[in-house]
Amino acid sequence: MTTATPKYRNNFLKEVEANVEEGHWVKMCMQCGVCAGSCPLGPHWQHSPQKIFMMIRAGKREEVLTSDSMWMCTSCYNCIVRCPRKLPITHIMHGLANYAHRLGMAPKGQPTEAIAKLFWDNLVKTGRVNELKFSLAMYFKDGFVQGIKNAMAMQGIGLGLVKAKRLNPMEILGGHACKDKSGIQKMVAKAREIEDRRKGFSGAGA
Amino acid sequence: MAKKQYAFYPGCSSQKGASASNFPTSVGVVCEKLDIQLNEIPDWNCCGASIGYGEGGELPRLVINARNLAQAENHLAGQDIVSGCPACWLATRETVERLHESDSLLAETNEALKEAGLNLKNTVKARHIVEVLIEDIGFEAMKKPVVKAIEGIKFAGYVGCQTNRPFGIAGESFENPQYLDRMIETVGAEAVKFDQKVTCCGGALAFSEPDKSQKQIRDIVESAYDHGADMIVTPCQLCQANVEIYQSEINKKQGTKFSMPVVYYSQLLTVAYGGSAKQAGLDGQLIRAEKLERIAGKQ
Amino acid sequence: MADIKYAAYICSGCGIGDTLNVGALEKVATKEGKMAVVKSHPFLCSTEGVDLIKNDIANEGVTHFCIAACSRRAKAEAFAFPGNAVSRANLREGVLWVVAEGPAHDEVRQEMAEDYIRMGCAEVKKMTCPAGSANAASSRRIMVVGGGMSGMTAALAAADAGYEVVLIEKTAQLGGFANNLWKRVPFNAPHAEAQPTGVAEMTAKVSGHAKIKIHLNSTLAETAGAPGRFIAKIAQESGAVTEETVGAIVQATGFTTYDLAKLPELGGGQANVVDQAGLEALAKAADGGAIKRADGSAVKSVVFVQCAGQRGSGGNGDGSHLDYCSGHCCATSIKQATYFKDANPDVDTVVMYQDLRVPGMGEDFYRSAQKKGVIFTKAKVNKVAGGNSCRVDFKDLILDEDASIDADLVVLATGQVPTSGVNLDEWTTTVTAAESGDEAAKQKKSELQKISVLNLNYRQGPDMPQFKYGFADSHFICFPYETRRTGVYAAGPTRRPMDMFQAQEDATGAALKAIQAVENVARGAAAHPRAGDLSFPKARLEGCTQCKRCTVECPFGAIDEDEKRFPVFNQERCRRCGTCMGACPVRVISFENYSCDTVGMQIKAVNVPDEFEEKPRILILACENDAYPALDMAGIQRLTYSAFVRTIPVRCLGSANTIWITDALNQGYDGVMMMGCKRGDDYQCHFVKGSEMAYYRMSKIDDTLKQLSLEGERVQTYEVAITDSARVAKMIDDYAAQLIEMGPSPMKGFG
Repeated sequence: MTTATPKYRNNFLKEVEANVEEGHWVKMCMQCGVCAGSCPLGPHWQHSPQKIFMMIRAGKREEVLTSDSMWMCTSCYNCIVRCPRKLPITHIMHGLANYAHRLGMAPKGQPTEAIAKLFWDNLVKTGRVNELKFSLAMYFKDGFVQGIKNAMAMQGIGLGLVKAKRLNPMEILGGHACKDKSGIQKMVAKAREIEDRRKGFSGAGA
Repeated sequence: MAKKQYAFYPGCSSQKGASASNFPTSVGVVCEKLDIQLNEIPDWNCCGASIGYGEGGELPRLVINARNLAQAENHLAGQDIVSGCPACWLATRETVERLHESDSLLAETNEALKEAGLNLKNTVKARHIVEVLIEDIGFEAMKKPVVKAIEGIKFAGYVGCQTNRPFGIAGESFENPQYLDRMIETVGAEAVKFDQKVTCCGGALAFSEPDKSQKQIRDIVESAYDHGADMIVTPCQLCQANVEIYQSEINKKQGTKFSMPVVYYSQLLTVAYGGSAKQAGLDGQLIRAEKLERIAGKQ
Repeated sequence: MADIKYAAYICSGCGIGDTLNVGALEKVATKEGKMAVVKSHPFLCSTEGVDLIKNDIANEGVTHFCIAACSRRAKAEAFAFPGNAVSRANLREGVLWVVAEGPAHDEVRQEMAEDYIRMGCAEVKKMTCPAGSANAASSRRIMVVGGGMSGMTAALAAADAGYEVVLIEKTAQLGGFANNLWKRVPFNAPHAEAQPTGVAEMTAKVSGHAKIKIHLNSTLAETAGAPGRFIAKIAQESGAVTEETVGAIVQATGFTTYDLAKLPELGGGQANVVDQAGLEALAKAADGGAIKRADGSAVKSVVFVQCAGQRGSGGNGDGSHLDYCSGHCCATSIKQATYFKDANPDVDTVVMYQDLRVPGMGEDFYRSAQKKGVIFTKAKVNKVAGGNSCRVDFKDLILDEDASIDADLVVLATGQVPTSGVNLDEWTTTVTAAESGDEAAKQKKSELQKISVLNLNYRQGPDMPQFKYGFADSHFICFPYETRRTGVYAAGPTRRPMDMFQAQEDATGAALKAIQAVENVARGAAAHPRAGDLSFPKARLEGCTQCKRCTVECPFGAIDEDEKRFPVFNQERCRRCGTCMGACPVRVISFENYSCDTVGMQIKAVNVPDEFEEKPRILILACENDAYPALDMAGIQRLTYSAFVRTIPVRCLGSANTIWITDALNQGYDGVMMMGCKRGDDYQCHFVKGSEMAYYRMSKIDDTLKQLSLEGERVQTYEVAITDSARVAKMIDDYAAQLIEMGPSPMKGFG
């Protein structure tokens, strides 16, 4: 997987087609750039989706997978509805982000990568997302001191939400959960196992 | 008249004490008035939202949604799944479509579902409450229970992303959908021109990329002010939360004086149908929607 | 000749009678117009109104008359009197609808209407009804030159419509370039897979067609005559010459590929670098299997270089190689890339393009190739080195960086070079030099004759004029099949670069034009654009000074010269534009119903007020194809303009004789506006060169104006398109204001 990819050969494209969600669409891009112009976070992307697609075809494996561009996706789906070629661009970006994450190639400390992992772990634990635990985990993801700072900064909002009964401090003690937690966990583990087998990941993942 | 039956998928944010907990109260009133019965899917689970992909990948994400579909198939046979949350609706509908397109994905999904003792035939239709209101009820019928016209309030109809893209409401344009404005007008209120109608609020990146998201939110709120709106109305839980919650942050950082209430369309309908402020969940606003509360308080 | 009796019929409908004094108009027609019969009717275009005229023709002996009603462009069917000379005075669109409303304008409005009555009466007195000259012996056979896909398509289209076809092919077999192709770009739904060329089937169909006579190994030694009576001398390779008489010609002589040797920087001439034609040959040899190089090894990677030596060397715009886009090459490379993918999906196929141009359903084909894994890279290729392993250096235009790629084979998408015969500018220079005794020029002249396609014996040269980049002539903006050689139509890549599908469509259109030509010519009528016109130019040769202006300036090469250098008019080649009439300095050329006099008398009929009345008069000579309809349209839209103008429609601004300008200025007109079509490379003139000629002639009129001590601004030329109704109204008002500022013409009162 780490061998140098020959340029403008199809190797990396084929890897993307095999291992990335909706990756088989990459070759269908016609390089019009409408996606790049439609993205709300467009100015913050190092490489627009248009460029990412070209880089994949050009065999720039390392540059694509270590890029933080895909992590800028807000899932607004503007690119999907505007793409004249109907590429599911949002899903491809998600797929590339996930693939980079699983390979351990995502940029260190990428905040969206971090919250994505926290969110999923939170979900798998009980079957439902516990917003308080998720938020706290978010604030503390960069360490304890930074976490206190983050939490203090958002304190006003937190108290407001508590007052409006839209954030329940009691959730810390348990909160909402599915009844069949173990079934869900087994099911998710199985799904991951199948997907890893299909994509050639070792069971451990990233 | 027999009530229309739907398998209801409330979603995490609509649970008690969660960020959109004021939403289901108003939905309850609206359904009551329009003869809609929502039957909660037993033991439903999270859809993975728009951030689940990072760790969850493809199949696990499809599988958790397939579990809800299978639960509905088993317990609420023949009913469409209806969700009030765009992210839940989108994830569920996407799962339905993906599994229709690929037999191998459906087989893999069922292999995983088996671990939880379930099997999916993929026969259910996934819909959004707004679709039910527009397609099954219709604007005319939606108008009938109105007892108090919401007069004298100008609303910026903020449709946002996920109720609008990639699926959207049938027959609407992605760039300028009309249904929310029509809903506003249905209850006698005024829908102002609003050029940020379908702008992204930053979604889940409000957490991870606060500065970038808050720029989006600022544009949205500013435009509502520019067009003379008294409040913003939206069908989306994440939009509601982001656009309302972060106004104080933006004020603090950028010296703005934003105080623009952000309400749900269902809260509007509830007040128009004669519901109290509490029934409409208006006590759940961080920025109080005073003008709407005043109408709700009138006899 | 029967007795002539003049009449005028004035319509008072459409509000004319409410706003104008029709009684006064009748008086003008009687007293000044000297019409024997003058009648008005409240609804002249109704059956009753038309019957009134018909009755006068039948029982009163009326032969020549003026209809004063709406524009000549309106009610043409109701007011069609084929046996009579008819003029039209435009009271509705020309007066009623364009002069500002209200009593303040009553006087000028009435004056304008009265002038149009005077003009209509004056015109009809100089008109004769065109007799035409139907010729039953006229040939309806159609000759098709070139037996490729375009030529065969044209031949089949004409033959299936019932016309005899003579098909000339230079080589020993039909099929042309298509014979070299493995497959063609898809032209049927779903436009996803390359399709069989169908050339063999078509060849068989043409060869077996009872109405098609084929001459293989043949070229044209000479084409003489005119539409309906072309005599083609067909020379066989053996030297034998056959003569065929045909009515019209379709030239479908195709193209050759750009010479690869001219592209050394892109590896032209080096091993394993081929052009698209070369790749077709490799694909044919592979017969659906793996495509192999010349050395016999299977190709594992291939790069297609688009726009090679085209579009100013691949978009450089530096003028080297071909400056244009050949249109088909993107789809052709897509097709060829799928040859590789279909035989073996693992072959790396990269298409390097700067702008991928696949119009129409080509987009579906593009998508289909992408699905098969063909990689499209937006890149500017800087260098190709051929050899055992080819190298392509390029700039990736999306990633904005230089890169290179190795490949087993490189395919250059080079352009189409038209086979269009002799460049007439070169011909004219050579002939002039040869006539003055230059030996080298004589030699060159005979070489040029060898490359000529048609070898027309026309005064203006042996082929049709060439268009931009050497393509055969075409009125590309308005009437793509039209050329400047009446009855000769270019089709396929000789006319402009195109693919096989477009060429076949083009050939069908050209065949229909050829049919239109032979049918019209048999009736003695003009073909395009004055289809059906029976008038044609006649010259009073006794007055001719043999100046040759008409023979040189005729846009259609319709006029030859006899031994004494008198013009010989070939009526069948003529389009009736009147450019010859505009050119003639001694005014000996005229049509029965359109002449220096029909217009000149109108100019003189106008009542020009003296300088103290402060009512300037402006003559507008408006081209009937665009400017006059634009003026009518201004009326229909109720846009107002100055009531000081008097408009005369002309067949083409090229037919405007300078005598009209001199007459007008002598008469005391304050200014002349000449409105014609757009000229230049992207001309819109229906007669191609007419407006160009008018502008050229007017640029020389300054001397005349000086002699009359008049300002140059008193004669202005304008380009007016049919859509310019609002612009033309403003143009008139601006010019009227300018003339008022300038003061009255000093010529007033001398006329």
